[in-house]
Amino acid sequence: MAGSLSDCHRRFLQSLMCNGIIVRSKAIALHRNCCEVHNTHYTRDGLDEFIDLINSHLEPLFMQIRKSVSEEDGLQYYALVNMAETDITRMSSDYADNELELFRKTMDLIVDSESGRASSTDILNCADSLNTRKMKKKETELLLTRLVRDKWLNEKHGEYTLSTRCIMEMEQYIQKIYQDMVKTCAICHNVVFQSQMCDNMSCGIKMHIPCVAKYFKGRSDPQCPVCNAFWPHEIPEIRDTAQVPLEMENTAPTPSTSHSRRRR
Amino acid sequence: MSQRRVSHSQSRPSASRQVIEDDEEDLSFTLPSSSQVQRGMDRLTSAEVDRKVAEVVQFILIKDQKKVPIKRADIIKNVIKENRNIYPEIMKKVNMTFEKVFGLKLVEIDVKNHAFILVNNLEQVTDRLASMNPAHPKTGLLFVILSVIFMKGGAVKEAVVWNTLKKLRVDPGERHEEFGDVKKLLTDEFVRQKYLEYARIPHTDPPEHEFRWGLRAESEVSKTRLLEFVAQLHEKEPQNWPKQYKEATTSDARSSQAS
Repeated sequence: MAGSLSDCHRRFLQSLMCNGIIVRSKAIALHRNCCEVHNTHYTRDGLDEFIDLINSHLEPLFMQIRKSVSEEDGLQYYALVNMAETDITRMSSDYADNELELFRKTMDLIVDSESGRASSTDILNCADSLNTRKMKKKETELLLTRLVRDKWLNEKHGEYTLSTRCIMEMEQYIQKIYQDMVKTCAICHNVVFQSQMCDNMSCGIKMHIPCVAKYFKGRSDPQCPVCNAFWPHEIPEIRDTAQVPLEMENTAPTPSTSHSRRRR
Repeated sequence: MSQRRVSHSQSRPSASRQVIEDDEEDLSFTLPSSSQVQRGMDRLTSAEVDRKVAEVVQFILIKDQKKVPIKRADIIKNVIKENRNIYPEIMKKVNMTFEKVFGLKLVEIDVKNHAFILVNNLEQVTDRLASMNPAHPKTGLLFVILSVIFMKGGAVKEAVVWNTLKKLRVDPGERHEEFGDVKKLLTDEFVRQKYLEYARIPHTDPPEHEFRWGLRAESEVSKTRLLEFVAQLHEKEPQNWPKQYKEATTSDARSSQAS
């Protein structure tokens, strides 16, 4: 281990656990705040080194602060991830057996889909054929709301996608269960769900939407990076990194009167 | 193109489920002697011991999410299992890990039944901006109730609490937009989480109850900070309430001694 941790590191770690997942700009602000609170020397670009030190202490506990780019907005996020889990045990304390089963089925739908999205209609149909215990429409809708609130799923226009937090925390589980069925992005080589796909049937490579924006920026004649076929899809604009980050809600709303009390 | 998928039912079964479920008390466990501990330690490699420590840490973190106290019996049954003879050594390392890595403390709140809670070991920060934690509205509500109880000497009749809330436009009789069933929140959720105690006052008919601070509130909340907050509201000094001031300074001295 490089060096020992100080209260500055501990406060950062507690806040991260409390928030579940935070965007890089917020992580930078948090780093600065923690240093100020504990009168520690702060270096502007010191975040990664700061996190590396914490990680060296988390490694024996089979935990790590990982960073990952969101499929939704292309921004970088940080989350505390359990490295030893190959099951979705992290959720077991918050969800019932049949709820977990439905979540797994939702994941199946998302993995099977081309778009990386599952419609609420399809999910409701699954709820009707669960092995554990069937769920009614109202129950399913409430469950989906909770899953979104706890940042396991995102919802837009009645369709559900895997959140950045979910992909980060369950990476090992996803790889173990789905193996070849999950594709990797041709640009960044990370696992991909929401994507654009090459139209060429013998190619079929996928790219994250933010990766598409970056790769094809400024090109009037976009071509597939692998097979050079014309890329027919709409090229999105690169999202401005200076934008205000997404609102972060607490994942497990339990009360505490201590302001810096760790919550999960 | 054939697509394989490992069946979900083959995912790690009972271990992960049982970890989360509460089981019956293990009444037969007594703490081992130091020589038993030493013999136990010699049988395991240090890597195996560290592995057990990591598992206990994770077990406690997951359990603590629900804010319900963690029973020693559960830790032994679900994680330590056959290595119970080195339980003290593992717990020593677990405590050290929580303090050194997370800035948390494992506090035994129930000495008889051996139950723990995880408490924040870091200095409390009154400036909310600096702490960067999203404050849930329930926190504010709880804080108000704890203040009322503290300022009134440590125990208040439930009617006082309901009236206070009504003044804040939180009516326990109605479903609140943010808090839902407020009565249930106070008498059930906060009590289970050990922030409050809700006890029946004897010889009252119809039955009346009183609210007190719960064990978790005693461990986590600085009475000095609370009094400072109340004092600020009234634009006075904390010393204006000599009884509460004495109680606060004694209580905080006691908890810093214990750490």
